Amino acid sequence: MACEQWRGKLDAYADGELDPAETRGLGAHLPGCSTCAADLLQRVQLKRSVQAAGRRYSASPELRNRISTVLATKIGASKIGASKPRRPMGWYWQILAVPALLLLILSIGVNLYLGRENARRQRVYSELADLHVAALASASPVDVISTDRHTVKPWFQGKIPFTFNLPELQASPFTLLGGRVTYLAQTPGAHLIYQVRKHEISVFIFQDRIFEDRGTDPATLPSGPAHAASFNEESWTQNGLRYFVIGDAGAEDLQALSKLLRDAG
Amino acid sequence: MKVPEQPVSAVAFDELAMPLFDQLYNFARWLTQDTAEAEDLVQETYTKALRGFSSFQAGTNFRAWMYRILRNSFLSSRTGLKVTVALDEGTDESLLPAEKATPESILIEQASREAVQQALSDLPVPFREILLLCEVEEMSYQEIAEALSIPIGTVMSRLFRARKALRDLLRRQDGGRHGV
Repeated sequence: MACEQWRGKLDAYADGELDPAETRGLGAHLPGCSTCAADLLQRVQLKRSVQAAGRRYSASPELRNRISTVLATKIGASKIGASKPRRPMGWYWQILAVPALLLLILSIGVNLYLGRENARRQRVYSELADLHVAALASASPVDVISTDRHTVKPWFQGKIPFTFNLPELQASPFTLLGGRVTYLAQTPGAHLIYQVRKHEISVFIFQDRIFEDRGTDPATLPSGPAHAASFNEESWTQNGLRYFVIGDAGAEDLQALSKLLRDAG
Repeated sequence: MKVPEQPVSAVAFDELAMPLFDQLYNFARWLTQDTAEAEDLVQETYTKALRGFSSFQAGTNFRAWMYRILRNSFLSSRTGLKVTVALDEGTDESLLPAEKATPESILIEQASREAVQQALSDLPVPFREILLLCEVEEMSYQEIAEALSIPIGTVMSRLFRARKALRDLLRRQDGGRHGV
């Protein structure tokens, strides 16, 4: 391209506005053309002079502060005003509502769970109380009539799928009346009847795992004293066996018997 | 300066607009040639821009938009209304051969900062503003076109004439200094 044709593009070249092809073309032309090179130098120098001279005025810090304040006021007003009334509220609402909702869901869940667990537990105790009452009302409350634990314990062998130890009662107010095989959830267990001051106390022994099978976590079954349907109750888990002590005797008597059973077990 | 392609909020306006504060003031001061007027103009620009921010198209050039607001505010101001320059916007002028570089003209380009500032002040506003946008703000032709609301061809021709006018002024100053 002839020199004259490049001359009109020197400004655009200096401004970086030529397309890539023309930029390459002019770039190739310049080293061999002192006139264009000198012209370009002049234009670049003028650009630099204007750039340096043009950066002349600085605003006062007061103006910046004033404008910042005006903006903050107007932005704040627009937030409170009709255009964006929900924005800050929305945030607070979300911040508060999300945990509140989670808490609500959790508490409903916990209540349902506890309610269900409580119902299961009550069902277990109701069944045991029924077994206790039914046995005492029966003409033959026990199938093995013996005060001797050494007689009772072997009697259960082959009748229930586990063995257990019974306490020595000589130094205690308790008397063993006898025992029978009972069933809870179609699973056999031992039902022992003790007497203390004319009160009968039933001791039920089951394999602990049957409560898991029934969906009742043994941990949720009460360990220690409980009270339901006018009976006092004690319950604990020992060596994979679940013990229930239930009767109309005083709580102290049940605890004392429970202690004897625990120590023997 | 491109802003993200997403809805912009009033808070976003603050973040976008305040970094332009110093350069907008410099431009306003060059246009008005008066400190108090420049301050009023910048404040008016920010207020108008915030009000119109909802109509600002995300993804378009925010800086050019701010300069356009400032310039329009200036042109409708008392001082701005006095600015009347009859410009013949012939685009073909941009293709005219430039003046031949001479030892004298090169000397002119090395003129002092004060001399260039004086020449800029003496230039008509349309020439002054386009030179400031191109050289000081380093805007592309496209950005200048957006800021001044003129076609790119006009940007090129006006820029060519503004540079020529500046050189003439500097040469005259230089000649005056040397008693020519």
